[in-house]
Amino acid sequence: MDPGFRRGDGFKVPVVNSRITSWLLMAPGLFWLGLLMIVPCLLIFVLIFFERGIYGGIDWSAATLENITRAFDPLYLSIFIDSSLIAGLSTIIALVIGYPAAYAIVKAPAGRQTALLFLAILPFWTNYLIRTYAWIVLLNPAGLINGLLIHLGLTVEPLPLLYNKPAVVLGLVYSYTPFVILAIYSALQRLDPSYAEASRDLGATAATTFLRITLPMTAPGVAAGAVFVFVLSIGNFVTPDLLGGGKFQMVGNLIYDQFLSARDWPFGATLSALLIALMLVLLFIQAIATARARGEHARA
Amino acid sequence: MKLKGWIAAAFGAALMVTGSTAALAEKLVISNWDGYMPKDMAEKFKAATGIDLEIAVHATNEEIMGKVTASGGEGFDVLFVSSPFAEALNNLGLVQPIDHSKVPNLANLYAEANQLKHDPGNVFSVPYTWGTTGLCYRSDLVKDAPTSWNDLLKPLDALKGKVTMLSTDRWLMAAGFLANGMSVNTTDQASLDKVRDQLIEAKHALLAYDDTTFYSKLVSGEAAMVHAWDGWCNYGIAEKPEIKYVIPKEGSDLWVDTIVITKASKNPEAAHKFIDFVLNAENGKWVVENIMYKTPNKAGMEAVDKAMFTQYPNMAITPADLLKFEQLRDLGAGMKAFSKTVSEIMAAK
Repeated sequence: MDPGFRRGDGFKVPVVNSRITSWLLMAPGLFWLGLLMIVPCLLIFVLIFFERGIYGGIDWSAATLENITRAFDPLYLSIFIDSSLIAGLSTIIALVIGYPAAYAIVKAPAGRQTALLFLAILPFWTNYLIRTYAWIVLLNPAGLINGLLIHLGLTVEPLPLLYNKPAVVLGLVYSYTPFVILAIYSALQRLDPSYAEASRDLGATAATTFLRITLPMTAPGVAAGAVFVFVLSIGNFVTPDLLGGGKFQMVGNLIYDQFLSARDWPFGATLSALLIALMLVLLFIQAIATARARGEHARA
Repeated sequence: MKLKGWIAAAFGAALMVTGSTAALAEKLVISNWDGYMPKDMAEKFKAATGIDLEIAVHATNEEIMGKVTASGGEGFDVLFVSSPFAEALNNLGLVQPIDHSKVPNLANLYAEANQLKHDPGNVFSVPYTWGTTGLCYRSDLVKDAPTSWNDLLKPLDALKGKVTMLSTDRWLMAAGFLANGMSVNTTDQASLDKVRDQLIEAKHALLAYDDTTFYSKLVSGEAAMVHAWDGWCNYGIAEKPEIKYVIPKEGSDLWVDTIVITKASKNPEAAHKFIDFVLNAENGKWVVENIMYKTPNKAGMEAVDKAMFTQYPNMAITPADLLKFEQLRDLGAGMKAFSKTVSEIMAAK
């Protein structure tokens, strides 16, 4: 096969090595990735092995492993574990809310689907900070919800709805559920309805059909949505600060503080690298799950 | 050496440090907190001197410190920073001496403004505002008026979950240091550990850490007592007269926000003119009336309607009384242990 292009009569683009062409086409993207992704990541990796200067910055004079031992101190390690639990819980709740919502949208009449999807992403039109701050107005001890509860006589003292972990989980679920809806919607939409029909024809109940056909075949969408929520949640520092009252930190807060308050870039870099490593593991798991689901799909 | 240079250059590029454009002859670049000087400052200064003002804003001392240390101050002429940071910038050789002969309005300042420990004689910095840090509370919601830092760190059961603390490192720690009768500039490990444990304990009784909206939490009644800078308490008093401010019996820190000229400034003449302009009575008065901070600018303080000092009693604290409190100082090499302690407090459960 001639890898070059033919155009018009006799005009023949010189047989360009197709590999060169594809490299050229990829060049802008690679340059972008390299400059803004690979280089900064390498810098983060280099920083791990140095100490902060007295006034911030980096003391290049001596290499050290101190940051790594410090990051594995139970104090900081427990923040990684807590953040993972909070992000994990948020992910599960977002999936439980997002899957039925996506399912309902797919089952809605075609003309209404666009409108429903539009509603799902409508919150993104407002700034994240303002959306989060709105929860303070709703949840605070002198806020709307407590005011209503007291007015209805359901409680005498205002309930502690704000500045705790449940408030943070609520904020994360609220913010990231739309991503889950979109990811699962696209998976459900691609699903050929004849599979489910065949299942029903063969006598399976609706529940069995969902559990054995629909759910496994949309697993890649579920995995994509879950990774979205988890990754965005675990690195989030605004929500814990505003809705958690800064009383407990997530990894994002810890990293933010090292760079912007403690001026300890090397330790901040170490924590960032750990977070990147954690996310890579998750993306790897997602890739495997997706590949496996596709494989089963192909066999089916 | 070569490697180090390369890494530093890569960092410079990665950071995309601002200030690549050198200041033109008659143009000054100022960095200040947002809203910390009159909005029409640039127009007024231009009208008075013909010099263009480009105003950048920083949200925190740490932010401007990061920018300036990364660029060596290049691209900025005049900075507004808190005194420990002015001191640090001076130690780093990034600011230049103030030529008093070019700032005649220095005569507007109180004599005490010349005796600040971080820079006696205002050699490299000029004080812009000053004040105290204490307790701001709802007199109608607390049974007894607070008198001690321990009332904040170990609140009565009735106040648990209704107090907030500042989380900005130096003030968070100062509350603990003062409660123990220690210097606000303590850096020895044993004291840091002791205060760390107390502040972690105090954390359990907090409604939240809050550095920006604590006065509105008092107004709404979410909080009954908050750790506050005096001027910010005034924002609450303005909305609810039941709000009071008290300096605990163990004392306060004396915080001072200052103005410095970068060593990298291409136009020190104009920078001096700007500082002189800021120090006029009119701008001093603006600070008091709009930021509700005290200013070392005597002419400005005297131009203010005296009713303000009755409505906001902390405005009437005299310069002599302010000077009795210890200033936050640059901790130098002690900062490493200090920051680590603060990280441990914030990370603790």
